This record gives sequence, structure tokens and C-alpha cells, in this order.
Amino acid sequence: METKKIKMPFGIKGERIEEVEREVPLSEPDAWPVNESLKQVGKSVKRLDAVAKVTGSAKYTSDIQLPGMLIGKMLNSDRPSATILSMDTSAAESLAGVYGIHIMKNEEKGEFPIIRYAGQPIAAVAALTEDIAEEAVDLIKVNYQEKPFVVDMELAMKPEAPIVYDAPVEQKASEGGEEIEEGLKVIGNVRGPNVGQPRGEIEKGFEAADVVLEHTYKTQVQTHNSLESHGMVVDWRFDGVTIYASTQGTQGVRDEFAELFDLPKSKVRVIVEFMGGGFGAKHGLGTHGQAAGYLAKKTGRPVKVMASRKEEQTSQGNRPNSIQRLKIGVKKNGDLTAIEQEAYGTAGVGLGAGVGGVAQSLYSCPNFQTRQYDVFTHAGPGAAWRAPGAVQGIFGLEQMMDELAESIDMDPLKLRDKADPSRVRKAARKMGAERFDWSRRKPKASDNGPIKRGIGMAQSSWWRVYNYNATVEVKLLRDGALEVRSGVQDIGTGTKTILAQVVAEEFGLNTEDINVRIGDTLFPDAPGSGGSQVTASITPAARNAAFQVKLKLFEKVADMLEVKASTLTMEDGKIYSTEDTAKSMSFLDAVAKLPVSQIVATESRSAEYDGDYLHWDLGSAQFAELSVDTETGFIKVDKIVAAHSCGRPINPLQVESQINGGIIQGTSYALYEDRILDRNTGHMVNHSLDTYKTTYGVDIPDIDIVLMEGYNAKSSTDAYGIGEPANIATAAAIANAVYNAIGVRIREIPITPDKVLKALNKV
Amino acid sequence: MEDNHKKNKSGISRRAFIRGAGLTTAGTLAIQTGVMAGTSEADKATKELGPNAVNISMNVNGRVYKLNVEPRATLAKALREELQLTGTKVVCDRGSCSACTVWLDNTPVNACMTFAMDVGEKKVTTIEGLAKNGELHPIQEAFIEHDASQCGFCTPGMIMSTASLINQNPNPSIDDVKHATRGNYCRCGTYPHVFQATLAAAKKI
Repeated sequence: METKKIKMPFGIKGERIEEVEREVPLSEPDAWPVNESLKQVGKSVKRLDAVAKVTGSAKYTSDIQLPGMLIGKMLNSDRPSATILSMDTSAAESLAGVYGIHIMKNEEKGEFPIIRYAGQPIAAVAALTEDIAEEAVDLIKVNYQEKPFVVDMELAMKPEAPIVYDAPVEQKASEGGEEIEEGLKVIGNVRGPNVGQPRGEIEKGFEAADVVLEHTYKTQVQTHNSLESHGMVVDWRFDGVTIYASTQGTQGVRDEFAELFDLPKSKVRVIVEFMGGGFGAKHGLGTHGQAAGYLAKKTGRPVKVMASRKEEQTSQGNRPNSIQRLKIGVKKNGDLTAIEQEAYGTAGVGLGAGVGGVAQSLYSCPNFQTRQYDVFTHAGPGAAWRAPGAVQGIFGLEQMMDELAESIDMDPLKLRDKADPSRVRKAARKMGAERFDWSRRKPKASDNGPIKRGIGMAQSSWWRVYNYNATVEVKLLRDGALEVRSGVQDIGTGTKTILAQVVAEEFGLNTEDINVRIGDTLFPDAPGSGGSQVTASITPAARNAAFQVKLKLFEKVADMLEVKASTLTMEDGKIYSTEDTAKSMSFLDAVAKLPVSQIVATESRSAEYDGDYLHWDLGSAQFAELSVDTETGFIKVDKIVAAHSCGRPINPLQVESQINGGIIQGTSYALYEDRILDRNTGHMVNHSLDTYKTTYGVDIPDIDIVLMEGYNAKSSTDAYGIGEPANIATAAAIANAVYNAIGVRIREIPITPDKVLKALNKV
Repeated sequence: MEDNHKKNKSGISRRAFIRGAGLTTAGTLAIQTGVMAGTSEADKATKELGPNAVNISMNVNGRVYKLNVEPRATLAKALREELQLTGTKVVCDRGSCSACTVWLDNTPVNACMTFAMDVGEKKVTTIEGLAKNGELHPIQEAFIEHDASQCGFCTPGMIMSTASLINQNPNPSIDDVKHATRGNYCRCGTYPHVFQATLAAAKKI
């Protein structure tokens, strides 16, 4: 590969920004300066699709209606553990308006699915209307042979517990970034240990410590609760299949569907124009996508299958719970000497429940050891959920850091300054503490009266994830119209808009001049929206493609102006030679004179310019201020200050929207949410929105965001994601503030009023 | 062990309840509410409607539509499936998320908790009918300006709640805004920008 050397900005605005040299592919553009010198990038331009969203014209998967379309509804098991001996679908089949029934696959090649949780999809019916499909579902008779079950994790770990899987099970992680390890041994319901990457000698580490603390932290199961449920519309025609999918990854759905139905990938087209929330759970085909596929194939008509709210809550994913035992040694000067972690978590029938990434990587500590176990239970499968593993892991680790700080009589921020090597988080702590005014922190439980106020902080880390498989096509037409095309999807994060900003910046045009067509596998492949990888992956590809289109245009213009193409530049709709500014022509004149009707370039993401792949450097520090009513146990989070880095922010307002969302979800996780399974029936008892408590507008704290502008000199846009980092630190910051308020530590979320009163010995 | 599939006790959905109501008591329901469209006073007193579909007329966004709906059909279903007005979203289907908020005359209601037949002479305004002659409502403009939608699925309901507020109270406080949106669920956590947008829009009118 031919390369060139370029100068790039490096550092954090407000601290120090210097210039570094990088060797980059010759085909990529020179570095942008910092945001304040740019016109489109770094500006809070309006979302390109905002008008569609505020007028109701945005079409989501659940809004799709095709001619002749049937509606599919699912029959779900009402037994938590059973073998199906027989099924009688005759009454359902003979109901007027029913066109097809599909029985879900059995992974062990049996006739009927093996039932491992209440709510597990068994069969789907396609009918003319939703009402008929529901009636037909009720007419299906299932002959179950019931088996013992266990939904409580701690009971499932006992040797005598009913076994969820009696044979080894292979489970693949999604693109969402779950911590799942292959080849772990399974004893009973317990799989593991995953030992991560141990280092040093743990016992020697503890011997070197002045203080060793050991505590256990617990987190609950949290469901995703996206507004639009999981589901797809499958339109199967002779020349190929078109799928409208509520998905976080068009490519993943295409590949899985093609494999399942033995079709070439070229014959499967997946479209998602608008998507009503995913948060990690909407990767892959899923049960409802599979059912829609089989029913469309069987009936010869388009079929839509969307999950009901109850199905969404029971069978479509959740964040695994955790029980984490942490033992950490610290010296009086704040050096950590050893970190030992043992964690158990259940993702029901599926996926990993690891929480160890942050304990392993956030702090400098020479001795580290972890043992993480996944526990199978008769409950719906887990799925990636905004920063899988890290949200749970930070809840334990960041409380422990505060406990260690107190044990050596050191300010919590000072301990982190000592133990945390990250320059990004150091800046985040400093900027956040200034904005928050950390100096007003009082000793624990120092308020008189029943309402006690407290403040606390926690920090987070997330990988700088990016994906080579990120390709964008940029197309310039003779009238000056520019179109950006990619299979990448916009799940509400604003991907469509930032792609337009990047291309507009490269051409010296306005963002609204750029037409962006994404969310369709007809266009070049791109990664799923998981791991906060999209911005880092797709924006350099877009800039690189725009740059190549511009070079091709300049070659033509150079002939017209009789100058060297390499001297041309473009700004405010004008192309001119930097050697002789009189040699110029307007962009529109130039494209009108093109000998062909279009210029097209397709480019991909290249490797990080400095060769570094994964780095836990998307840091943040969040500060919480809250009031605890010690008579009722009720907690009101008054304020969160959040200092976050996502490299070069492309659209600050959109970044703020996502940080707000992460904090609000984190508040909800800390105080309210809890999936409750009845251990006697195995059923989820709070599957409706009114019984599964989450944050609504009246519950949210004031949020003050310190958006850090960071330059890492790693790609042609130097931008990274924010979705997951924003969600990680909030619950731990709230827990630390609760301790500061009442002087008693609550190591288990959600911190509901009963836990507060119990901690205060009032119940 | 032979066993028919049964819904567990907690699993009786509102839809199933309505289905039952439609088959047995919908006519009575309609008469009690007394707002049936296209039926004379005499009809109201004597005629039982349902369980089959009946013809009604409904004023939606200033246009009168003739609809053929079953007594169990909710307003949300009639709007989305009969009139293709899919801006009104159904999320919880039991009145706890307000994604389906529309106005009956000028009052916000949950379209998933309202029978289509009960709308009667009241004028329905949906998100599609909020802009007048191509001009967005100030709330819609403010939502765009303040980035008050992420995935956008709650947005129509949020806008119908907040637009109703500022139409009735042009000088709302932040607590008024929180009160007006207290039933609107947003999983993306867009509330802060919704609040900012609403206060900004109120200042402009």
C-alpha cells in the first residue's frame, strides 16, 4: 500500500492540542484541523430525518403494509420447562382467514421445540388480520410433558437444581459485544470459569497491600423495552426476498436469513429506514424474523410478525444479572496491589453474563485474577444491552474504589488519579469535577433532618471499537447532487446526518445538500450498530469515498482550467487553484461539463493510523447529586454532570442526546428496573410497561454535559461512538452518592425505598 | 398429560377483554357513551351494534372518512390500519406509554384506549394533521431545532402532548411540561431535549 505522511491534531481541547505525524494510505485525505476550523463537522446541524419524525411520516418496520400482507402471531410456551409430546393445529388451520402455521425449529432436530422458559416461542400463525391470527393461536393445542425448572440464579447453581441444558450448547455472540467465551466447561447449570487475561501473582499482591477489602455487589436483570418491538416483514418473491426489519444490523439479518433458507446472499435484501430503538437486542434474524421467513415461504404472501409487548419483555433479550465478589488490595499511597474478582450471572437460556472487562483493564494493577461464570436458568435469553458487562462490572468496581479510598482516607478522585493511567479519563475527572464543584462534597451522612443529600462519582471505560467492514459509496451527479449510500443503519443515533456532514465538509457544501440513503443491503456492506463502532467505522469510509470523488472531479476540472489537479481545492461551492486563485470555476459549472453523467467512488475504513486496535480509552466521569428521604426511602437524583470523550464529536447536539439517554437509562437501572420472575410458575410477572418501572420524564435528573473534544490521530475523521460509554458509570455514581448521603452502603440495585429503609434499620 | 393451551391468569390481554366486550356488550357500551356517529336518537335507544363490523363516519384531520369497523377496533387500529395514518404509534397497547396520543377535539387521549366507535362527532387530530398548509406547528419546529427525537418512535405522542399544552397554556413552566408529558415513555431518554423544545416553542407563540 502506498502511503504518505501527514500532520494531525492530537490532544484534548481545553488541555493541550499538539501536532503529530502519521503515515496514512495515499488514497485518504489530509487531516482535518480541529472542529472550530470546520464548517459542517463539529456543528450541531439538524437531523436530516427530523421532519419525517416530527410529522409522523417516518415509516418504521411496524408501519409497513404491503399488498396481500398477512399478519403473524406467536404461540408461546406457558410452561417454563417441558417436552412437547404433540401439537394439534387442526382447529387453527381450519379457522377462516388462516393461511399458514409454522412450528419453531428444534435445535436437536426433534419435531417440536424443547421448552426451556415460559414465553418461549413455539409456533407462529399467519392470517389475514391480527385478530384472526390471535384467535388461531388460542386454538392450537399443545400436549406438554412438564419438567422441573429453576429461574432463581442462586438456586440454579446448586448441584441438585433442574438442568437447563443436558448436553453441551454452542452459543454465538452477536455484534453487540457481549462478553462470551468459547470452549468453557459446563457443570450442572454453571459454565466457566472465564479467566480473562490474568496477570501477576495475586497472593503476593495482597501481601503488599496496606488494606484489603472484600465485598459482594449485586445487579438485577434489566429488559430492553424498546418502543418498537422486535419484528420483520418478509416479502418472498421468485427473484429474491425483501425483508423490512426492525434491526441494528442489516448485514447480519441478510447473512443469517440466507444461511437459514440456503439462499445466496445476493437474493436477500434487508431494509430498515427507521428503527424504534434497539439498545443491543436487535441484532440478527431473531425468532420473529425466522417465523416471518418460514410463513412467507409457506404462504407465498408477504408476512409481518412483530413481537407483542409481553414477548418483547420475556423472549427478546435482557441484561444478565450479576453477583460479583471483589477483593482489592491498596497501599496507603493509593497504589492498587491486587484485584481478585469472582462473578456469576444469568442470561437465562442463553449467552454469556461476564462482567470482567472493566476490572481487568480500567486500573493499573500488577496483579489481577478473575473467575466469571454464566449460570443457565429457565428464563428468556440475554442479549447485548448497551455496554454489556461493563455496566454491571462498573457498578461493583467503582463502588469498591470509593470504599478503598475511604479506607485509606483519600479523596475518591485522588485515588483514581493515582490508579488510572488514562489521559482521557484524567481530563474527564478534572473537567467534570470543576463543572460539578466536587469541592463541596461533605463527609458522609452530614445532613441533619430526614432529607439527606449526597454526592458521588464513578467513571467508565469502553473500547475504541471500529470495523474494517465499513464501506460507503459516494455518487456525484451532473446537476451537483451528491448521494451517500451504505448498508449501515441509523437506529436513532444520527448516523444519517453525520454521514452527510462528513461528505459536505469534504466538498465545501451544506449538510442538507447531501442525500443519504442507508439501511439497505443493496448498498455497500457496513457493520451493525453495536459496540459503539458505527461512527468510528463508517465516517472515515464516507470521507475517503468523498475524497476520491473529489479527486476524480478535480482531474476533469484541471483539464478545463489548464492547471495541475493537485493544486485544486474546493470551498463554498467554488473550485480554484491554490497557485492561481483566478483559475476557478463554480462547482455546479464543473459538474455540468462532466463528460459522463456521474462520478462514483466506493471506499472502506482502513486500519487505525497508529496501528493500535483496541483501546479502553473512550472514557468518562459522571458525578451524581441526590437526595434521600430517610423516612420513605425514596431517592431523587437531582443532578448528573457527565464529562465524556468520543474523539472528534461530529454533531455535538446528537452526541448530547445520546449521553442524556445513557444517563437516564443508568438512573433507571440504578433505582427502578427489575425483571421479576415468579419462582413458582417461571413466569415474568411485570411484563407490561406499567408494572416494569422505568424512568419517565418526571423522574429524570438535571443533566449537565461536558463534551470533551478529543483528537487521537487515528483515522480520516478521528471520530468515535458514544452510545455505550454514556450508559456505564451512572448507576455506580448514584450508589456512591447514596452512601455519601446516608452513610450506609447499598451494594445491590435497584436501590428501591425498601432497600434504603432496610439499610437504615427502619424496617 | 393432555392439556389445552390456556392463557395464564396474568396474561389476559386488554385486547382479549375487548374481544369479549365486542361479542357481548359493545352495543350497550355504545349507547351508554351516547356519542355514536351516524345513528339517530331512536337508533341509540334500541339498536345493538356488533359483533360484526359497522359503518361509522369519523372526522380525522379535518376530513370526514366513512369507516367499517368492528366494535372491538380501537381508534389507534382504525387510524393505522384503515386510514394508513401510521404516525400514531402503538407501544404498550394499554394506556401506559402515550405513544398513541391523539386529540379528540382538543383533548389528548390514548388512541389505544379509545374505541373507534366511541369517537362520534368529535374531531380527531393526529400527528399527520398538526402541520397546517405545509407549515409545521411551533412544537414540531422546536423538536427539530433541539434534537428532541432519537429513534423517533415516541415523538408523535410527545408532540401531541406538548403541542396540546402550549396551545392551552402559552406560558408553561418546566413543571407544566413535565406534567403534560408524564405519561409519555421514551426509552432513548430524549426527555431533556423535549422539555427544552417545548419551553422554546412556547416562547415563540
